[in-house]
Amino acid sequence: MSPTVQCGAVSQVVVVGGTHGNEMSGVCLAKHWLQDPSELHRKSFTAEVLLANPIAVERCVRYIDRDLNRSFSHELLSASGSESDSYEAKRAREIYQKYGPKQSSLNFVIDLHNTTSNMGTTFLLFKGDNFALHLANYLQTKCVDPSFPCHILLIDIPEGGHVHLQSMGKHSVSLELGPQPQGVARADVLTRMRALVNCSLDFLDLFNQGTEFPSFETDVHQVLYRADFPRNEDGEIEAVIHSELQDKDYLPLKPGDPIFQRLNGEDILYNGEKQIYPVFINEAAYYEKKVAFIATEKTHCLVPALKVQN
Amino acid sequence: MTARRVLNPVQRVAIFGGTHGNELSGVFLVNHWLKHGEEIARPGIEVRPFITNPGAVEKCVRYVDTDLNRVFDSENLRNENNLNLSYEVKRAQYINSIFGPKGSEDAYDVILDLHNTTSHMGATLILEDSKDDFTIQMFNYIKTSMAPLACSVLLIEHPRLKYATTRSIAKHPIGVEVGPQPQGVLRADVLDKMRRIIKHALDFINYFNDGKEFLPCILEVFKVLDNVAYPRNANGDCTAIIHNNLQDQDWKELKPGDPMFLTLDGRMIAYEGDCIVYPTFINEAAYYEKNQAFTTTQKMTLCAQAIRCTEPK
Ligand SMILES: [Zn+2]
Ligand SMILES: [Zn+2]
Repeated sequence: MSPTVQCGAVSQVVVVGGTHGNEMSGVCLAKHWLQDPSELHRKSFTAEVLLANPIAVERCVRYIDRDLNRSFSHELLSASGSESDSYEAKRAREIYQKYGPKQSSLNFVIDLHNTTSNMGTTFLLFKGDNFALHLANYLQTKCVDPSFPCHILLIDIPEGGHVHLQSMGKHSVSLELGPQPQGVARADVLTRMRALVNCSLDFLDLFNQGTEFPSFETDVHQVLYRADFPRNEDGEIEAVIHSELQDKDYLPLKPGDPIFQRLNGEDILYNGEKQIYPVFINEAAYYEKKVAFIATEKTHCLVPALKVQN
Repeated sequence: MTARRVLNPVQRVAIFGGTHGNELSGVFLVNHWLKHGEEIARPGIEVRPFITNPGAVEKCVRYVDTDLNRVFDSENLRNENNLNLSYEVKRAQYINSIFGPKGSEDAYDVILDLHNTTSHMGATLILEDSKDDFTIQMFNYIKTSMAPLACSVLLIEHPRLKYATTRSIAKHPIGVEVGPQPQGVLRADVLDKMRRIIKHALDFINYFNDGKEFLPCILEVFKVLDNVAYPRNANGDCTAIIHNNLQDQDWKELKPGDPMFLTLDGRMIAYEGDCIVYPTFINEAAYYEKNQAFTTTQKMTLCAQAIRCTEPK
């Protein structure tokens, strides 16, 4: 039996919306909580609210100059900074100055995102963050909604190190809810996200008050590679996501299954050797990143029990 | 005895994609047809695919400076103040010079303008003029050909709301609106519906030119009544969103007292009109900036006379 992991009490919690300015569930909720934060109060702490990219929110775009959620690299944060820097590099440094240095006092970050893919409730967290896995597991059992089934997806850390906003926290999770178009706030998605945030804060409060969370086993998805659309010599997309793959995030894709279809009726089949689990299928924001979907594998992991350190 | 309208054959048809640069079905189809025109070729008819807002398509945004689909009024089309014109107004003048001039004999006969919406509107045809028997006959033909798949008709004739659409330069302007599809995304199912509508539209024109007589018909349409705004606070921020009971219920009846909005503090706001309406464009992403939560319509029936072509070929 694995020993219980002990962690210090969580004192500083930040709930972040508008990291991407056109992902409306987090934007609406963060704006609302900035006006009326009473919902974020718990016995052992009160969560802070951050609207991460206010100019992108105002213009209802993902970002102004560069993706803020790829701007929290050591390199960008430690640079001295100049007027000519991108808006998001400046904003990342501002946020870092407020909450950093990285992973010191900021105990938990909950970053709110939406996707156009049919990904239900996805918990994006870093490999080895057992604390975040416990939170995900708690939500999976206590905050159930069959319309938005839960999945855990491990964030692929680039070779150069962390770049995501949530890496500011000692522990962190991004709640990625979909499907929802960019620039649209759907009541079902917003209500779901709100329940998840509330339940996350309940978990952190219970932890602070000494509740021991037993060890458990869970499935997690790990990124294998990113698949691009078929393109012509000019780089233009030549085929679209196949109707049989569309909306099938987290379902197994077997060799020989169709993945793209051309306008001349031709299907393009998955020619890999092993079964994969595609996610972020047809995510609007990934067209410019040349990603049609992300291939993952499903693995099983055992998470040791968790208790607050007295 | 029934009346019959004898009309000139259709000679020039344009298919517009990318009037809104992030509505990708039309962009993708028009770019495809620019390279592979066989699919849209019909004997004796010039069918021209055309990307109307290449600047917006390039950036994958709705527009660069202003909505191209609202600037085809005489004031903008005649404005000669070249230095201060927005990208879209310049573009509108250019499009009008090729496919118009609007309201003249030289204008294209038919323009099919391809759009997507984030609303649950399915396949929708947009009619600008309730007296346009040719287009009503075409819509009737398309509806019948698309069945059992639903195909709704939106009539945007309105005493106060003026659209000045890109397609309005044609003698017979036709809007094709298919959803739901997020901005910046291509869905195979939506693409397929749009492609079938265009096939049926071109087939109709082909039959018409060939001398086929289309008998009098009736067409159920949804006529625009008004736009409903989001509730906002003093800062101009939305304080409520479309209620779950209304979301995705385009074309279905909304009765007085039915839930319409959900406020962020958890209250329901009911529809308070005095009659049943049929909402559409519910929660369309592009209409937040226009402060339109949805558009109300009423159901009505249009009748078109029989039509046939002057000189069968
Ligand atoms: Zn995001
Ligand atoms: Zn449009």
